Amino acid sequence: MSFDVPDDCRYLDSHEWVRQADDAATIGISDFAQDELGDVVFVELPDEGAELTAGEEFGVVESIKAVSDIYAPVSGTVTAVNDALFDEPELVNDDPYGDGWLLEIELADDSELDDLLSPDEYREQIA
Amino acid sequence: MPAPGESSDMGLRAPPLDDVHAAAEASFTDFGGWEMPVEFDSIRTEHAAVREAAGKFDVSHMGEIVVSGTEATGLMQRLTTNDATDLRPGQAHYAAITREDGVMLDDTVVYRLPEPVEGEYLFIPNAGHDEQMATRWREYADERDLDASVDNRTTEYGLIALQGPDAPSLLAEETTLSLDELGRFEIATATVAGVETLVATTGYTGEAGYELVVPWDETETVWGALDCQPCGLGARDTLRLEMGFLLSGQDFDPEDDPRNPYEAGIGFVVDLDTEFVGRDALEGVDVEGPAEKLTGLSLIDRGVPRAGYDVTTPNGDRVGTVTSGTMSPTLGEPIALAYIDTDYIEPGRTVRVVVRGEPKKARIRTTPFLDR
Repeated sequence: MSFDVPDDCRYLDSHEWVRQADDAATIGISDFAQDELGDVVFVELPDEGAELTAGEEFGVVESIKAVSDIYAPVSGTVTAVNDALFDEPELVNDDPYGDGWLLEIELADDSELDDLLSPDEYREQIA
Repeated sequence: MPAPGESSDMGLRAPPLDDVHAAAEASFTDFGGWEMPVEFDSIRTEHAAVREAAGKFDVSHMGEIVVSGTEATGLMQRLTTNDATDLRPGQAHYAAITREDGVMLDDTVVYRLPEPVEGEYLFIPNAGHDEQMATRWREYADERDLDASVDNRTTEYGLIALQGPDAPSLLAEETTLSLDELGRFEIATATVAGVETLVATTGYTGEAGYELVVPWDETETVWGALDCQPCGLGARDTLRLEMGFLLSGQDFDPEDDPRNPYEAGIGFVVDLDTEFVGRDALEGVDVEGPAEKLTGLSLIDRGVPRAGYDVTTPNGDRVGTVTSGTMSPTLGEPIALAYIDTDYIEPGRTVRVVVRGEPKKARIRTTPFLDR
């Protein structure tokens, strides 16, 4: 089975992705991660204004069979939360890099992006 | 080729359909020492297939033990809580297996085998318990010099569960057996897809359906002939939980969470008018009433209850523990089974389930969660 690994994202080895647009970034979990978890039924996310620290746990994604902590790929301040997931958590399965995004943040230090896995490195990890 | 029931890697036992499941790209899990398919497509898809149409499960990890001899009935009577003398050939019932102090070692379905099958009884211990139960039966028979022989056939038989409202019509296409004549909890001999099979009207989903005991090497023939959704242990768990059915090792465990049948909510399988190991201890529990009982819960707040989470009063006083929980695929609400102080149990009462340190509002419910 092959998994979608978009070239415009960078990845954490715990399967979160981040996509940068200027000083802002969007965070989610990878196609591989959603497939491993199976049917997502619940997400727990921080509120707007919360501070994320790179490498630290910031929320939880639960599927029918498992509970999985999610880790911040980069540090920053939460500027938007994907509220649609509260009613439709399955969006994480259906469209992990699109409608299934988790948070938007204002980046604290965009050099942290360099510490993350490139798409090729992440492809190698999940191969 | 690994021998039946043996897997080449990790020392796990493998079901007869191991290769078939791998080819179907199932994901696998270790369950009771067996490497079993947990998911084929998605738990939600598999679960819905069983509730709305039909699904097939390879449950060959369950044990099969055949008890024969002129004193087979006496042996079954002594080692299971239900009344074995109730069963005529071709009938089955649910029972608990208890030790002297009344604690459940396992739960099982006991079948009185139909003519002309050799042997008197077949019972189905849970995954990984087959050898322990066969030994328990043999030792008990030997100590009392009973004319009973005990044959562990776990790796001689495959077991397929075919479950769902369409199960009768699906099976009818593959068997000469007149399925209309079988009531619930019965067992008959038949050919299914040309294979000599024991067809039992039992299951673990709350739906109509069958459990098919087939020769190990012919499991694939029967599996292949049943044209419906393959389902893994993931859906088996959500389906049983919606019905409030117990899972051995999860909702009770002689070492980690010792419980008697009254606590576990299956007092209906205890017949105190029979003599069985654990009877005297259970008579006391029956009189006193258990201090805790397994009950249903559903969350009102958002969240998913999981095994090990505390149950508290609205003030935060602990009154119980969750043993099984999930998001119910059929109902779309979070449901759980939890042992709660008997005095505190009242259907509709609001409690809290502590999810990662946060108390979430929940309601005490009677099971089954689903009307079937």
